[in-house]
Amino acid sequence: MSTQSVVESAPSALQTAVVARKGNLWRRMLRQGWLFALVLPGALLFLTPWVWMILTAGKESKLIWQIPPVWIPPVYRWQNFIEAWNKGNFSTFYTNTTLISLLNVVAVLFSCSLAAYAFARINFPGRTALFVLVLSTMMLPAQVTLIPLFMIFSKLGWVNTFNPLVLPLFFGDAFSIFLLRQFLLTIPRELDEAALLDGCSRFGVFFRILVPQITAALIVVAIYQFTYSWNDFFGPLIYLNSPELFTITLGLTRFMGRTQTDIQYLMAMTVISTLVPILIFFFMQRTFLQGIVISGIKG
Amino acid sequence: MIASWGKRLGGSSSQKRQDLITAYLCLLPWLIGFLAFVVGPMLFSLGLSFYESDLLTTNYFVGLDNYQELFQEELFWQSLKVTFIYAFAAVPLGTALALSIATLLNQKIAGLGVWRTIYYLPTVISGVAVSLLWLQIFNPRAGLINNFLSLFGIQGPAWLYDSTWALPSLIIMSVWGVGANILLYLAGLQSIPTPLYEAATIDGANAWHRFRHVTIPMLSPTIFFNVTISLIGAFQFFTQPLLMTKGGPNNATLSMVLFLYNKAFKQIRFGYASALAWVLFAIIISFTLLFQYSSKRWVYYEGESDK
Repeated sequence: MSTQSVVESAPSALQTAVVARKGNLWRRMLRQGWLFALVLPGALLFLTPWVWMILTAGKESKLIWQIPPVWIPPVYRWQNFIEAWNKGNFSTFYTNTTLISLLNVVAVLFSCSLAAYAFARINFPGRTALFVLVLSTMMLPAQVTLIPLFMIFSKLGWVNTFNPLVLPLFFGDAFSIFLLRQFLLTIPRELDEAALLDGCSRFGVFFRILVPQITAALIVVAIYQFTYSWNDFFGPLIYLNSPELFTITLGLTRFMGRTQTDIQYLMAMTVISTLVPILIFFFMQRTFLQGIVISGIKG
Repeated sequence: MIASWGKRLGGSSSQKRQDLITAYLCLLPWLIGFLAFVVGPMLFSLGLSFYESDLLTTNYFVGLDNYQELFQEELFWQSLKVTFIYAFAAVPLGTALALSIATLLNQKIAGLGVWRTIYYLPTVISGVAVSLLWLQIFNPRAGLINNFLSLFGIQGPAWLYDSTWALPSLIIMSVWGVGANILLYLAGLQSIPTPLYEAATIDGANAWHRFRHVTIPMLSPTIFFNVTISLIGAFQFFTQPLLMTKGGPNNATLSMVLFLYNKAFKQIRFGYASALAWVLFAIIISFTLLFQYSSKRWVYYEGESDK
């Protein structure tokens, strides 16, 4: 056997490399295939309610009750949304909800950032115990304080006003304090110390040095709080009685009694009520990642 | 100005005094809120539980009568049963599902962002919107589920209008909200250092072994925390039964908080409702502590010595 034919029959290094890479690609695609097969059904199930909601919102009345069921309306009735908006008095609800949510964000940013600063940066007696106390309020079921709070607000004449929904947050919120404190802890103390040596007061350090550093975290807290306030149901349920004061969540519930005839309007109203949180979420994703990246670069 | 107060108060520890004052000034809003909105009301509601009160005219001391009446009331035990069934069905189900999906998503699947969004999006909207949507999904005549079943000739049950199916309906619905848990577990999974897996593989562990002996122990603190929070939340479920079934049919979905709400704001018996609130609080604390105690067996914290 000549050496030449042996060499010719053995695959070249390049050929081996190409075959190996193609083999890898096949294996990767097969693996992805398996993963998709397992993940896709669940994802489709999770998507179905949304799709059904949007489709149903555009149907006309008789299509809803038709048997066999009609899934996709032949003509999508966009006017259902306008009718739902007017029926539901959503302009008022949107105004109220926006006002309350914005006020809550301002309140939380102010009260919680200061508190988080104290916990993260200042060494004072009782710090740990106090922080544990803050955390414990996160686990407290709301029912234990619900009734006395209602009584207090009642005596103050604040029932059927926005006050009970807005004012308490000017006194802090455990989760936001926790979040901001964690974020503050990641910022090097040298910045503080340099400023203090230059004669800056503790408050000065906070406002002039740290606040700019934690803008990402402040945005995260703002978004969380805004969404939470926007979606809040229990507060408005207990304290608001007049329809002109209703928030979106409360307003939505006024129409639940008429399920027999107006399902398409109910679905349209639900879509309308979910728009803002969903939009916020799609923007929040990027801020979130930015915040994580920022703290990562710093760390 | 604050610096001068500090200097006036103390000698060499003026910085410390100044710090103390600054700190408590920063915390003043929270402290006031804590006393006025947490401690005060808690004590007040404890006291109130020994009274019969409707806030306006009726206000008299009844001692332990509220508690006695509570434990003898059949609806109370019914609400306890409903809450327990819901919590101990929805939480394990949700946790198992969230863990499975998180594990799958952690396998470097393509389009991770898309999957994450799909699973997480339902948690972004209000509980009211979810309830309203699923109320229609479960609609016996025009809803998604029964329409779908009818394609196969199956006559679906009356779901929320059927006392056997009402609570299971709510449990099914709760699964739609596992997105937040999925993200939490995913973050936990991603924080497990790969060298651990590599070491295990070198020692001959297959995928299942790696899962059981590396993934689960490393993830156990996250699981513990998440399950605790989920349980506490599940014990307090209220919006769904209130909006979708009003606690029916036949009190099949009467959760404890709904029961409390009815007593307080429908029957206007604030003393009784306060007693109820404290009983609920005690139950939640007991289970949390129990769970925490049991966790010593299976939660693994890094830095602990091996047993």
